[in-house]
Amino acid sequence: MTDGVIENSEKGKASRGDVPVLQVKDLSVDYGVDKVWVPAAIDLNYEVRAGEVLAIVGESGSGKSASSMSLLGLLPENSRTTGSVKLNGREILGLTGSKLRQVRGRDVAVIFQEPMTAMNPVYTIGFQIVETIRLHNEISPEEAKERALKLLDMVELPDPDKAFKSYPHQLSGGQRQRAMIAQSLSCDPKLLIADEPTTALDVTVQAEILDLMRNLRNKLNSAIVLITHDMGVVADLADHIVVMSKGRIVEAGTAEQIFHSPQHEYTRKLLAAVPHLGQGGGGTDDVDITAALAAATQTELRGVDHDEQMRRERENEARLEEREREADTSRGAAVLQLTDVAIEYPKQGRVPAFRAVEGANLAIYPGEVLGLVGESGSGKTTIGRAAVGLLPVAAGSLTVTGKEISHATRKELFELRRNVGMVFQDPSSSLNPRLPLGESIGEPMFLAKVAKGADLQKRIETLLDQVELPRAYRNRYPHELSGGQKQRVGIARALSLKPKLLVADEPTSALDVSVQATVLELLKNLQKELGFACLFVTHDLAVVDLMSDRICVMRRGKIVEQGTRDQILRRPQDPYTQRLLAAVPLPNPEKQRERRELRAKLLASAE
Amino acid sequence: MPEMENTPKRGVPSKRPAYPTEHFVADAEETPVAATDSATTDDAPRSQWSEAWRNLRRQPLFILSGILILAVIFVALFPGIFTNEPPNENCLLINSGAGPAPGHPLGFTQQGCDVLSRVVYGTQSSLMVGMFATLGVLLIGGTIGAIAGFYGGWIDAILARLGDIFFALPLILGAIVVVQLPFFRENRSVWTLVVILVTFGWPQIARITRASVISVRNADFVTAARSLGVSRFSALLKHVIPNALAPVIVITTISLGTFIVAESTLSFLGIGLPPDVMSWGNDIFSAEPTVRTNPMPLFWPALALSLTVLSFIMLGDALRDALDPKARKR
Repeated sequence: MTDGVIENSEKGKASRGDVPVLQVKDLSVDYGVDKVWVPAAIDLNYEVRAGEVLAIVGESGSGKSASSMSLLGLLPENSRTTGSVKLNGREILGLTGSKLRQVRGRDVAVIFQEPMTAMNPVYTIGFQIVETIRLHNEISPEEAKERALKLLDMVELPDPDKAFKSYPHQLSGGQRQRAMIAQSLSCDPKLLIADEPTTALDVTVQAEILDLMRNLRNKLNSAIVLITHDMGVVADLADHIVVMSKGRIVEAGTAEQIFHSPQHEYTRKLLAAVPHLGQGGGGTDDVDITAALAAATQTELRGVDHDEQMRRERENEARLEEREREADTSRGAAVLQLTDVAIEYPKQGRVPAFRAVEGANLAIYPGEVLGLVGESGSGKTTIGRAAVGLLPVAAGSLTVTGKEISHATRKELFELRRNVGMVFQDPSSSLNPRLPLGESIGEPMFLAKVAKGADLQKRIETLLDQVELPRAYRNRYPHELSGGQKQRVGIARALSLKPKLLVADEPTSALDVSVQATVLELLKNLQKELGFACLFVTHDLAVVDLMSDRICVMRRGKIVEQGTRDQILRRPQDPYTQRLLAAVPLPNPEKQRERRELRAKLLASAE
Repeated sequence: MPEMENTPKRGVPSKRPAYPTEHFVADAEETPVAATDSATTDDAPRSQWSEAWRNLRRQPLFILSGILILAVIFVALFPGIFTNEPPNENCLLINSGAGPAPGHPLGFTQQGCDVLSRVVYGTQSSLMVGMFATLGVLLIGGTIGAIAGFYGGWIDAILARLGDIFFALPLILGAIVVVQLPFFRENRSVWTLVVILVTFGWPQIARITRASVISVRNADFVTAARSLGVSRFSALLKHVIPNALAPVIVITTISLGTFIVAESTLSFLGIGLPPDVMSWGNDIFSAEPTVRTNPMPLFWPALALSLTVLSFIMLGDALRDALDPKARKR
């Protein structure tokens, strides 16, 4: 293959940084909707050099994915792309047929968000990687297999031979993403497009994948375009950042420029809206989690001066003691109390019952927000649902406002539900699409017979006022609202019966950051104003930090640690809590560098 | 993409540098920052049903099938407007099989009756069988399917098996057997035919409803309603069924056409409507012996049948496009 030699020499030239690997000039993408061109991306200009990570950041609808998929011609047929995209100086926009296929997979590879759907479930991982290799290289199956195994080893899969023979569903989410990365690297791409590569993953797994991508960038010298909405991920990986909003680039620059001196109003708003683990207390109450973790695990940080580190650790301790002294111990009777609770998903047909939570003890007192954090499968949502009586309690005692609900009758449950409100994760699916919003909000009040007729209408209006929505929204339907507005309606509905306990199950995880910020603020204000207790279930530690008085950490159905916000953040005791805290990327490149070192040491000492 | 208007929104290429590798900031006026989650209050609220209706109104397929169906219904309701000839009188054997004559544009049947008149008067029974069979199937199949899907467990197991048993019996075979029962043999009318069609037709609608209800049953808004104190049954009525209705409506519309076909098939075989009831099926049956020498008495009722069935199937397609925007062709 004489071709390969030329390609390699080109690559060598690019690595010196003379020619950008990717040059995008005046790129515009439009979608044809109802015979009108609707712009998705407008006049984009950027470039990426070898060994460099360019992060394209934006909220949903900003055009970040559409513009990146257009580079490879992967958009649906009702779209058009104009402008110029040069890969190593060669125009690739408008290529068709075999020339385009040659670019795809060999020169440019894509890592998708959800590896479960991006890989074909009926073929083994090995088969799929070998197929990709042999598609672009004329080599024997044996050679291809050897190369595939090398790749699987390179992405740090624990047992490459086993992974080679596995089907996608047999691997965990993180392993699947590694396999996906291995596949995308199979032909030494010059450019790697990573479309939200860690969004579907848990935070500890996300940290591992980010480590892997950083290692690969150093090893392979490819250019990487990282598309994400997560500022923490950006801070961890990016060299250059492009901020997009409504199809336009609003700001572009180095990571330092964007994070430390953002110029455009949108960038500033976006950065301000990102919740920052450790800064949830507001102003003076910031927690130096790096110092707290270093102290708790007795780790010496190389990147930080020894005396400086000691000072930070001492300061952290002092604050904690101060807070403990201030702590208010008069609490009243618990609104929600779990004693040795086990919760099972009942058996269905031949599927045996599944015990999702075991031996849980926790209590929420009036006017308090308890943040329940954990990764997927930890049982946090299960506890939330049991508190509303949607799941039966298999063992132990669960009381709501003093009443035992583990063996409640239907009527008692009905009574219970007047005291508990629930906000669901996905605002689009938690409202009946056929009902006007006023009816959704008013339904519980009507059923509980607390109001009807004109009185009911008035209560609905009051609730809409409380969640800061116009009263005219009463007659609207869910599909006419944005995600954040729908979630506000969800909150209004949950509060309609003036509950003593509000269970919020990941209420903002489906929302954009700036919308999340406004919804969280609203929820916080309402909680202060109305004084209900709140069980706040989430996977996002930064959000928990922002909302909670006390934090409870769950792992695999068990509560591993709980305490006040200060106790958990300033002196995390359980190794899992420490790992979880260390894995959260900070939206600040320098602090994140510190944190990364700490995390590496933490993991090394654990082995 | 065929001629599309160019949106004028695209800005003039501005004076920005070609490659903003340096710190680039867009013109604030060009990229205004909208208020987060701002509320829109300008247009009137629209439910999903009214959205579907708006979409439906613009579909040529819907307009065409709608006009045809309205015409068929009109003919069924007021047959006297379309023909002056009463269908079974003035049948003179002298006219047997004759071609068009003044006042008889479609000619005569073998018995010497006016073809147009028979086709016009036959509309009523064909349409009635179709409509009532559909209604019955919708009520019985819909209820059983919704209950099976929503409650699940053993109720589902029993109802689903019951449906499978009926599903396994071929309609024509079943109808032949049922018609032989003494009660049906003695009281053959439009209604006995409807009963037979419903008996063998409900499992299809039950299956569709069940599948649709199951997909909605676990939606968050049903859980939300339950967590707020809505009982299971009212959750089914108020929250599940309205959201599960769309595919059922589509299949029901299409099956209305197929029931009319089934009526004709059974009548043709002599086990449908009694010979004294005028229907397209009966007319096709009686014209069949002379189809090679005089095909026209068979052609006209068959044409009426095909047009009616076709328009119901087209309506079903149009409804599917309107009610399920995701499945819509690009």
